[in-house]
Amino acid sequence: MLLIRCPYCEEERPELEFRHAGEAHVVRSSDMAEISDEAFEQFFFIRSNPKGIVFERWRHLHGCARFFNAARDTVSDRFLATYKAGEPKPDVSKFAADAGPAAYANVPPAELNDREGGAKQ
Amino acid sequence: MPTQIDVSNTSPRRTSSAKQNVPADPSHKGQDKALRRTGPLDGRIAVPGGLSLTVLPPASRLSLRAPAGSVADLSAALGMDLPRSPKTSASDGKGRFALWLGPDEWLVVDEAGGDLVAACRAVQALHSAVDISHRNVGLLVSGQGAANAVNAGCPQDLSLQAFPVGACSRTVLGKIEMVLYRPSADSFRIECWRSFADYAHAFLAEAIADASA
Repeated sequence: MLLIRCPYCEEERPELEFRHAGEAHVVRSSDMAEISDEAFEQFFFIRSNPKGIVFERWRHLHGCARFFNAARDTVSDRFLATYKAGEPKPDVSKFAADAGPAAYANVPPAELNDREGGAKQ
Repeated sequence: MPTQIDVSNTSPRRTSSAKQNVPADPSHKGQDKALRRTGPLDGRIAVPGGLSLTVLPPASRLSLRAPAGSVADLSAALGMDLPRSPKTSASDGKGRFALWLGPDEWLVVDEAGGDLVAACRAVQALHSAVDISHRNVGLLVSGQGAANAVNAGCPQDLSLQAFPVGACSRTVLGKIEMVLYRPSADSFRIECWRSFADYAHAFLAEAIADASA
């Protein structure tokens, strides 16, 4: 079971108390009626879905019931950071060393063994 | 001495010949020793060892939501300091207690049945107070090892280090949501919605039987 740190409860809680709530930092236009169809499509339907580090909204539904944001690694399924809603995105480069397999996500197969920059034989 | 039971579906009459045909597979060694005839009621204890499940009498309950600026006024009106840090509770020592559920949300319970909404009515500061006395049902699991019984359906760490006396949290019990409060080291108060009460009671009764066995 994943242990997810809730930034409001200030401790790690079991994943059963949480719900995923889509991608984070998707900004809604302040004048929805005026934006173009393409811009609306971008806002409403298009998600980044990367292999590696994603920013997601989560809700501590069966706890404090607050929404918060999380940086998660879709390769290892590890939570790299959680932070309160409204706070800025944390710096991804800080996680790079910590990210494990995510650091190698989207690398062409031929280069997968070239991890330590010269460790390749 | 445990009775030997053939694990295959062969009839007793054929057991002896079937056993002779079993290849000498090392992984099957000692299997007979592990097999044991169990009665249909084995492990059940009529009076579980010290653990009890009590349906608590009706109480007044308040769902209170307020921003930080209103907490002082509401605390004065309710006669106790509303807790401001996660997983903590406050009590006035006379059967009224407030449980922190979220940064701006509390569950206030008055076991004496006092009118909590009336107590908040005079408060001018912004707040929302909803009487939920009849929405919730209180259950008490008490006795040594009560944490084990609650842990049968609650995934939180209920050790005294992580969940000390006075701690409270909204969490899950099996497939329902509950509010858990620890009034003493060996007891847990469980508040669940009345439509879930039957499930909660049946679940905890079984959990207590398991934890006592």
